[in-house]
Amino acid sequence: MTWRDEWRRVQAIVWKDLTTERRSKAGINAVVFMGVLILLLFGFALGPDTEALRAAAAGALWLAILFSGVLAFNRSYQLELDGGALESLLLYPGSRWAIYVGKLIANLVFVLIVEAIVIPVALVLYQVALPPGWPALIGVTVLGTVGFVTLGTFYAAMSSRSRAREVLLPLLLFPMLIPVLLSAVEASTSLLGGDPMLEAGAWVRLLGAFDIIFLVASLLAFEYVIEV
Amino acid sequence: MGVGTVELSVAPARARRSTGMLIGLGVFLLLAATQAYSISISTPDRDMGHLQKIMYVHVPAAWNMMIAYFIVAIASLRYLWKGREKDDLLAAAAAETGALMTGLTLALGMIWGKPTWGIWWTWDARLTSTAVLFFIYVGYLILRAFVDDPDRRAQWSAAVGLLGALNVPIVYMSVRWWRTLHQVQSSPSTLDPNYTLSLRINAIAVMIVVLFFIRHRYQTMQLEAAADAMHERIALGDRGGINA
Repeated sequence: MTWRDEWRRVQAIVWKDLTTERRSKAGINAVVFMGVLILLLFGFALGPDTEALRAAAAGALWLAILFSGVLAFNRSYQLELDGGALESLLLYPGSRWAIYVGKLIANLVFVLIVEAIVIPVALVLYQVALPPGWPALIGVTVLGTVGFVTLGTFYAAMSSRSRAREVLLPLLLFPMLIPVLLSAVEASTSLLGGDPMLEAGAWVRLLGAFDIIFLVASLLAFEYVIEV
Repeated sequence: MGVGTVELSVAPARARRSTGMLIGLGVFLLLAATQAYSISISTPDRDMGHLQKIMYVHVPAAWNMMIAYFIVAIASLRYLWKGREKDDLLAAAAAETGALMTGLTLALGMIWGKPTWGIWWTWDARLTSTAVLFFIYVGYLILRAFVDDPDRRAQWSAAVGLLGALNVPIVYMSVRWWRTLHQVQSSPSTLDPNYTLSLRINAIAVMIVVLFFIRHRYQTMQLEAAADAMHERIALGDRGGINA
């Protein structure tokens, strides 16, 4: 098996997952709605004070992304399981990691689309003005999302095939994601304020390290998780 | 039909139970002795008075939880490498004991924090990262509880145990950057000599308790696994199941 073959497998899985999603749109509608709903709930919980909302914006936004995005991961395997398709997928020749990478990329695209809708809504609801360095903010969001989706896709391979999958995934995933949440929120908050202390860089490096470590670990461990 | 087999393995289990009880009794007597010794020889702390004595359980529990998690990581890795059920059960036993020690560390820390810092909880680096560690390993135990098939449970929990261990330093780093009230650890040079001795002997006593707990849970789990296999055999008319 050459790398090219594996890459074609990855592409096929990405295409299949995204096409399924594009044709039904059930998942994306629900997840986007959930994200906006959580933003609204945070607005009610924190009160209508603009200053307080602005200060909490990055934290509320990231929690909205985590709580809504987590609903997508189980679904990505559940659709396979319902049709008995996971077995066929495993029977095809090729490496197991190609399945993981395919699902990872599909989930990443999915969550990024959700963010493309939820983040502007958050900026409007919480009355946050974009700072001049906003491209850096996109970078932080993408890095945070990669960490989130990497572990989410990995843990969902287990939780979707266990009892009580809806409960199990957040219980496993959220404690592991605390470094991602902390660094994404701290870096975003500091960038939104114009990064006066130049501290965003350290958080971004931590995010990058987290992404690389868990991407490699998940790639290596996925084989053991999916084959039983 | 299968009854004979059941009878056969009960006898060694009984013998093991009485040895276990004897060892357990010894372990707890040892811990009681080291605690009594430290409490009696250490003078009240200048600032904290007798409160300082919480240290003799709080600090050893925190040190030993790391030993337990180290065993989880090593046993998980070994399971993925060799695929033997023993390693999976050892990892599970160590994770249970580690979670217990983490819970103990957190609870005692809160009891200690209230009179000395004036608060039950603070978002300090060490407290927060210990709490995160607790949730990571409780998640591991919940995963085990939700998966019935032994092979699947073993593979999955080994992966989760390893990723959890990998995350421990990252969690610690991130939380430390985020916040830092917990005092820097005392070292033998900053600590009164009789405190140091007391702390060390208690750390060893707690370590022996931890190893006893792990051994005990490990043996119990082996018996449970053997009992499950036996039930399967009996259900299949003693012809041997898929695992035989």
